Amino acid sequence: MIRLFLTKLYNEKLAFYSFVYLIFLILLSIIAYFFAPYDPDVQDLSNIMAPPNSEHWFGTDELGRDIFTRTLIGGQAAIQAGIVGILIPLFIGVPLGVISGYVGGIIDDIFMRIVDAVLSFPAILLALAITGALGVNLWNAMIAIGVIFTPQFARLSRGQTLQIRREPYVEAAKISGSGPIWIMMNHIIPNISSPIIVQASFSFSLAILIEASLSFLGMGAQSPQISWGGMLHQAYSMIFVNPLMMVFPGLAILLSVLAGNFLGDGLRIMFDPRTSRL
Amino acid sequence: MKQELIKVENLQASFSSQQGTIHAINNVNFSINEGEIVALVGESGSGKSVTALSIMGLNAGNIKYSQNSTIYYRGENLLASKPKTMKKIRGNELSMIFQDPLSSLNPLQKIGRQIAEPLMLHLGYSYQKCIERIIELLTMVGIPSPEQRINHYPHQLSGGMRQRVMIAMALACDPKLLIADEPTTALDVTIQAQILSVLKKLQKEMNISIILITHDLGVVAELADRVLVMYSGKIVEEADVYSLFESPKHPYTKGLLQSVPNLRGDKENHLYTIPGTVPNPLNLPKGCSFYNRCMHASPKCHDKSPTWKYDNKSLTRGYSCWHPLTDREEVKHYV
Repeated sequence: MIRLFLTKLYNEKLAFYSFVYLIFLILLSIIAYFFAPYDPDVQDLSNIMAPPNSEHWFGTDELGRDIFTRTLIGGQAAIQAGIVGILIPLFIGVPLGVISGYVGGIIDDIFMRIVDAVLSFPAILLALAITGALGVNLWNAMIAIGVIFTPQFARLSRGQTLQIRREPYVEAAKISGSGPIWIMMNHIIPNISSPIIVQASFSFSLAILIEASLSFLGMGAQSPQISWGGMLHQAYSMIFVNPLMMVFPGLAILLSVLAGNFLGDGLRIMFDPRTSRL
Repeated sequence: MKQELIKVENLQASFSSQQGTIHAINNVNFSINEGEIVALVGESGSGKSVTALSIMGLNAGNIKYSQNSTIYYRGENLLASKPKTMKKIRGNELSMIFQDPLSSLNPLQKIGRQIAEPLMLHLGYSYQKCIERIIELLTMVGIPSPEQRINHYPHQLSGGMRQRVMIAMALACDPKLLIADEPTTALDVTIQAQILSVLKKLQKEMNISIILITHDLGVVAELADRVLVMYSGKIVEEADVYSLFESPKHPYTKGLLQSVPNLRGDKENHLYTIPGTVPNPLNLPKGCSFYNRCMHASPKCHDKSPTWKYDNKSLTRGYSCWHPLTDREEVKHYV
C-alpha cells in the first residue's frame, strides 16, 4: 500500500520532492532539539548580526543568537500548527459533513448554516478574534487555525457524501441490514478520503502560513518560543540594519508552503482517474 | 400445500413531486409461496422496482402508501413495522441483488470483507469467524479458488464474478426471500446463462423464494415458475410460466411476447413494437391504462378501469382486461 503510494507519487516529480522535503522538515525539527549546533536562546553579544559564515551558517541576529538553530527550532511551531490545523477539521469537520450529507433534512440545514456562519468571517480576522478571546499563545493560534479550516472540510465531505450515498453499494449495504453509522464508517468515509487528503495537504501549507502571519502580528507563538513568523517580526524591526535576518525564516516559510501546495496538486492529479498516467 | 411467504395486498404507492403526485403503484395484489420463483415483468416505469423496494422498506423518503396497503411477511405487516425490526429482517431474511454488479460493490473493500458484512451485522461474528462461511458461499456461487479471492478487490474480478459475489453476499444469512432486480441485465449472454443457472441451483438447494424483476422474457422462461405482468403500476396478468407463453390473456402480455426478437422470424418484417408509450404516472387515465395502445380497445375500456378476473378455480391465473384474448391461433411461440 505505502509502496504503491510512493511509486505513484514518484511519477509526480514535484509532488514527490515536496513530500520528501516535508518529511525531512518534520524529522529535522524533531531532531533539532538534540542536534542543533547552538542553544537557540544563548546570546553572544560579541558576535551580533554576523553574516552567514562557516560557524553560523545563516548568520546571527541582533542578540548574537544562531539563526540556523532558530530556523530549525522554529520549524517545530510551523509543523505543529500544520498538523493540528488539519487534525481539528479532520476530526470535527469531516464527521459533521458526512453526517449532514448522509442524514440530510433538518440536521443538514443546521450544520450547514453553522458552517456558513463561520465561513462568512475573513479567515485571518476570525483567527485574530479567536486567539484574542482564548489568550495569545501558539496552542490557541493552532485551535484558531483548526476552526478556520473546519467549515471547508465539512462542505467538501458533505458534497462528496451526497455523491457516494447514491452509489449502489451503499444501497446494497442497506439491504444487508447495515445501519447509518456502519455505512458512514465503512463505505462513505473510505470512499471520500482522496479529495479530503488533497484538501488536507493544501490546508497544511495554509496553516503554516496563517501561523506565521499570526506570530508575525504577535498573536501566535510568544517569545521565548521560536517560530518563523516571530523571527520575521523580529527581523522586520532590523530591516534597515541587517536585511539578511529576514531571508532565512522567510525562505523556510516559502518553501514549506510551496511544498504543501505542490504535494496537494500532485495528490489531486494522482487520485483523479482521468489524469492518471501509468 | 405450500406456505405463503409474502402477501402483498392493495399496495398503492405514490411519490409527491413538484409537478404533482406520481402514482407509481396502483393497487397491486400478489403472494409468493415458499420456494417459488416469481417473475415480475413489465417495461421501464411500470412499478416493478418500487414494488420490490417496498418489500425491502427502502423506498425514497417521499413515498406515500395508501391506508390499506399491506405487505405481510410471515404474518407481520412490513409497511407498519418499525425501522429497527426492518433492519433486522433486511439482509437476514429478505435480501436483494442488483442490476449492476460493477457499482454494487464498494471499490475500496476486499470482497471477503463485503460478504462478511451481513454476517457480522446479523450474527455478530468477527471477520475471522466469518472466513470459513465466506469461502463456503463463494464455492456455492461457483467462484474458483475462493481462498485467494476473498482478498481481492472488486476491480480484480470480472462482471460475472462480481455478480456471483453479490449473490453470495445476498445469501450469506440464509434469506427466505431473494429479490433479484434485473440480475443479468449488465452481463453478456453467456455469463447471463451461468448466473441464471447459479440462481436456479441455489434456489433448489436452499429452498428460497425469488422475486425476479426483469424485462427479459428469455430470463423469465428460463427461471420463473409464475409470472406477474405489470403495466403502469398495476398487475395486468398473472399466470404460471407455461400458460403465459402459451396463451396470454392480456393484449399487453401478447405485445410483450411479440416484441421478443426471434431467430427464425421473417427477415422482411421489422421487430414488433407496441405503439405508443406508458401513460404519464402524473396523470393516469380513468379507464384502462393500456387503452391508447391497445388494438382491442373499446369505449368501455376508455371509461372504466377493468376489474381483476380469475381464469380458473385455483385462482392462479388471472388478468385485468375487458377483452381478454381467446384465440390461441393469434399467438405463436416467440421464445
